[in-house]
Amino acid sequence: MNQLVPAGKRSLAEVSAETQDYVTMFIDGQMFGIPVLTVQDVLGPQKVTRIPLAPREVAGSLNLRGRIVTAIDVRRRLGLKDREGVTKPGMSVVVDMNGELYSLLIDSVGEVLSLRSASFERNPPTLDALWREFSTGIYRLDGKLLVVLDVQRLLDLGRSES
Amino acid sequence: MDDLLSEFLTETSESISVLDVALVNLEQNPNDREILQNIFRLVHTIKGTCGFLGLPRLEAVAHSAENVLGKFRDGELEVGAQAVTLILGSIDRIKLILSHLEQHEAEPEGNDQDLIVQLNAMAEGKAPPAAAAAAPPPPPPPPPPPQASVSKKEPLPGELSDEELQRIFDATPGPADMAPPPPPAQEQSQPAHPSEPHETKAGLPASAAGLPATQGESKAPAMSGDAKESAVAAQTIRVNVELLENLMTLVSELVLTRNQLLQMVRGRDDSEFSAPLQRLSHITTDLQEGVMKTRMQPIGNAWAKLPRIVRDLSVETGKKIDLQMIGAETELDRQVLELIKDPLTHMVRNSADHGLEGTEDRKKAGKPELGKIVLNAYHEGGHIIIEINDDGRGLNMGRIRTKIVQNGLASEAELDSMSDQQIQQYIFKAGFSTAEKVTSVSGRGVGMDVVRTNIEKIGGTIELKSVEGKGTNFTIKIPLTLAIVSALIVECGGERFAIPQISVLELVRTTGTSENAIEMINNAPVLRLRDRLLPLVSLKTLLKLGKPDDEKLEETFIVVAQVGTYSFGIVVDRVFDTEEIVVKPVAPILRNITMFSGNTILGDGSVIMILDPNGIAAATGAMAGSSQAAEQAHLKDMHGEEKTSLLVFRAGGEDLKAVPLALVARLEEIDVGAVEQSHGKPVVQYRGHLMPLIMVNERCQLQTEGRQAVLVFSDHERSMGLVVDEIVDIVEDVLKVEITVAQPGLIGTAVIAGRATDVIDAGFYLTQAFGDWFGVAKETSAFGEEGASKRILLVDDSLFFRNLLTPLLSVAGFEVTAVEAVDKALQLREQGYTFDAIISDIEMPGLNGFQFAEAVRGDARWMTIPMIALSSHATEKDFERGRKVGFNDYVAKFDRDALLETLNQIVTLGGAA
Repeated sequence: MNQLVPAGKRSLAEVSAETQDYVTMFIDGQMFGIPVLTVQDVLGPQKVTRIPLAPREVAGSLNLRGRIVTAIDVRRRLGLKDREGVTKPGMSVVVDMNGELYSLLIDSVGEVLSLRSASFERNPPTLDALWREFSTGIYRLDGKLLVVLDVQRLLDLGRSES
Repeated sequence: MDDLLSEFLTETSESISVLDVALVNLEQNPNDREILQNIFRLVHTIKGTCGFLGLPRLEAVAHSAENVLGKFRDGELEVGAQAVTLILGSIDRIKLILSHLEQHEAEPEGNDQDLIVQLNAMAEGKAPPAAAAAAPPPPPPPPPPPQASVSKKEPLPGELSDEELQRIFDATPGPADMAPPPPPAQEQSQPAHPSEPHETKAGLPASAAGLPATQGESKAPAMSGDAKESAVAAQTIRVNVELLENLMTLVSELVLTRNQLLQMVRGRDDSEFSAPLQRLSHITTDLQEGVMKTRMQPIGNAWAKLPRIVRDLSVETGKKIDLQMIGAETELDRQVLELIKDPLTHMVRNSADHGLEGTEDRKKAGKPELGKIVLNAYHEGGHIIIEINDDGRGLNMGRIRTKIVQNGLASEAELDSMSDQQIQQYIFKAGFSTAEKVTSVSGRGVGMDVVRTNIEKIGGTIELKSVEGKGTNFTIKIPLTLAIVSALIVECGGERFAIPQISVLELVRTTGTSENAIEMINNAPVLRLRDRLLPLVSLKTLLKLGKPDDEKLEETFIVVAQVGTYSFGIVVDRVFDTEEIVVKPVAPILRNITMFSGNTILGDGSVIMILDPNGIAAATGAMAGSSQAAEQAHLKDMHGEEKTSLLVFRAGGEDLKAVPLALVARLEEIDVGAVEQSHGKPVVQYRGHLMPLIMVNERCQLQTEGRQAVLVFSDHERSMGLVVDEIVDIVEDVLKVEITVAQPGLIGTAVIAGRATDVIDAGFYLTQAFGDWFGVAKETSAFGEEGASKRILLVDDSLFFRNLLTPLLSVAGFEVTAVEAVDKALQLREQGYTFDAIISDIEMPGLNGFQFAEAVRGDARWMTIPMIALSSHATEKDFERGRKVGFNDYVAKFDRDALLETLNQIVTLGGAA
């Protein structure tokens, strides 16, 4: 299940300031990435308990080895439509913020990539305002683009609500 | 060793090590008020505790040190190296005395006048005496080669005399007492001897040597801190609560896994796993219980010190004090308990010291000599409530006002616009004390702000009610967030929820055809439950889990919940069983949803939300018509007052009228065609009986066609219908009659849900319908025909109930005297009145019903008068408690029949006896 390659196994040369490791994930074919060190777990489909009256973006809560984890629907958070005709249940990435665990629900999780900072670019100004808020920048990869998600902002529901 | 003493030692050694560090910090940041405040509190606590344990030496030193610190705090004295050295010196002296105390359970003889003189001089702003300044003052016993210390030596100021030192040394069981026979030199040759007493001794020379060398700054405390590893402190291990929390989580997981295994094996009878699994199961259960036990403690543990403290205080101040502790078995999370222990002690001390008057003053005020302090703890709606009542002089408003203005906390004009209650809250501000004199007990103004800080730290609230001359009541409310609770699991809209069992009164199952059917009043669902109307809340609507079903479900379940005095029904789809759950706080982003008090993981591993009945009640209050803001403002103002469900309607005019919902048996719509006339009055056939229809007033008319709404009041076989034009709403509000009117049938006018509303006197209409409505009771009474009627004393703080019950009882043939408070009732006793029975409310400001009963039973004059408790809380527990304090019977409010019946029985019995 856990597809992460621990950072320690890489040679020092690779883990220089030049490159950064990202866990990649996909929503509607778009590739996203979050820094590998922020990720605590990668989970397959889970039983999620709905929380009534919660903000729309909160998918519910789930039990991760005895800890209660709040699940955030990244799709809704990014203003995307709910998946129609679900073929395959989604996966989630668990992150820790200030001691609280949150799970980010996405379609699927990809591999861990080491990305060179030379290929990093700021958000294009034409990017959707909502996405611009949650993205710290874009990596140019072969054939596709990776949007780096700002986990802190993604989880700061209270702020964007108000 | 005495528990109290050993606990004191543990606690004080902890405080002292904190103090050492804090003082050094203070010296480096002399302007940090936080550190200073902290130091001040610690020293204050030490001083306070010493006082009660009868440790005059410690107390004197701490008191003087506190004086100096007080000057720091008020900015009258600069925090300087010299001053800090002096304070550190006092701390070292305290340590010295403590170590002696630990071994001999008594303070060493001698006094600390030298140190105290210096401290006092410092406090008065004078530089310490020259001698002391030259040789830094803390208690430096000269580096003692054990033998040398006996040699004659002029004691310097700030030093222990040699004789004293010798005494300490002699009294200290060194290796001498353990390993016989010791050449005295051995002590020196084995400085690293592991025995505690030795270490303590070794510490003295170390600190003494260190002090002069470093001008007594940071090194000394560190060194002596090492030495002062108290033996008593070592007996108990303090474990970080986080560790327990983790253990708890692990155990929960273990339980889950065990349950899964059991599930797997259950199908197969002859599995070889059965036996080991059984064992695993037992062990897991024991483990779980054990871990839980580490966290739960009865509140009585925190109270254990109090009787002694109060006793000592009563000796010291010459007051007669009776400390009553109710509900000591109420279990509390350990962490919570620790945090409220000190505040509680503080408050009881305050009550005893300032709250209660001296014996003379009490006599003058017409109170019994014996002052009372009552502690009461109980669970309520997922909270733990701790009340501290005293029947003392109450808060002196005048003095608080003066003090507020003096301290510049508010201006006169601002004060004028505040209510008494608001003004009283100022006593929770830092540095606020109205005691005229700073005594060794209290009066420095550290008290109440510490109390509030500590309580708020654990998410609790503290409320204060005080009536000058009558007493003070503190109510502390602590949430149970950390505790393990038993919860009812329900399902609604396909989701499961937990409702804390503590607030669940009963479960009702309704079907479309059963007697308990849900009825609607203007879209507000209500349920008839044993001749009452219960307001209902649909969980589905409340949590927006989809539309309430249009087609009626085959069956619905109603969870009858109680919050304070308010009962309501929560409509759910299904009810499962109850489960023990560990309440976990919800994620920060969900904290603003007031419906949930937490979440938890069930045995099957799924996460579920825990409903907060308080939140639901608040939400339904809002749904009932008044805006949330108004509701909250109201709650604030009226806090502590009883809320009543009221049925608001219009009849004979546009003005709103109201009647307590609990008095109404049913709401009916009758076909106007069915109305017949009997003696010129309208009647209708209702459930096989004739039911008279009564108009509220002359302006009220029956509808000419269609259906007519009536409120049905029922009693025994008889019913009466009160004709109304329109039912407006059901409102939960404090019933406070503002204007009373002489008009029959009206009790008066009250503000209900923000509108002026006439409150009708149901009793009046009942007698209109049947002149002998209460006759049934009369006939059965043994004295119905007698000329002299029985006298009843009715004690109830609510005007409404007095107005309701007085006519009712009068009609039933009793002569009623109604008073609004316990002290009024007790005044009647003083004046020599006697009664045949007493009916008393339980919840009242000032003294409550239980205390009243104790007062009555504790005095010969009224000792034999039967007492009936009247309350809206009529649980088994209350019954029990009521009986214990001396009530003969316990009747639920509004239960007219039961009251009359009980009264008749009791009075008859009393008369016969």
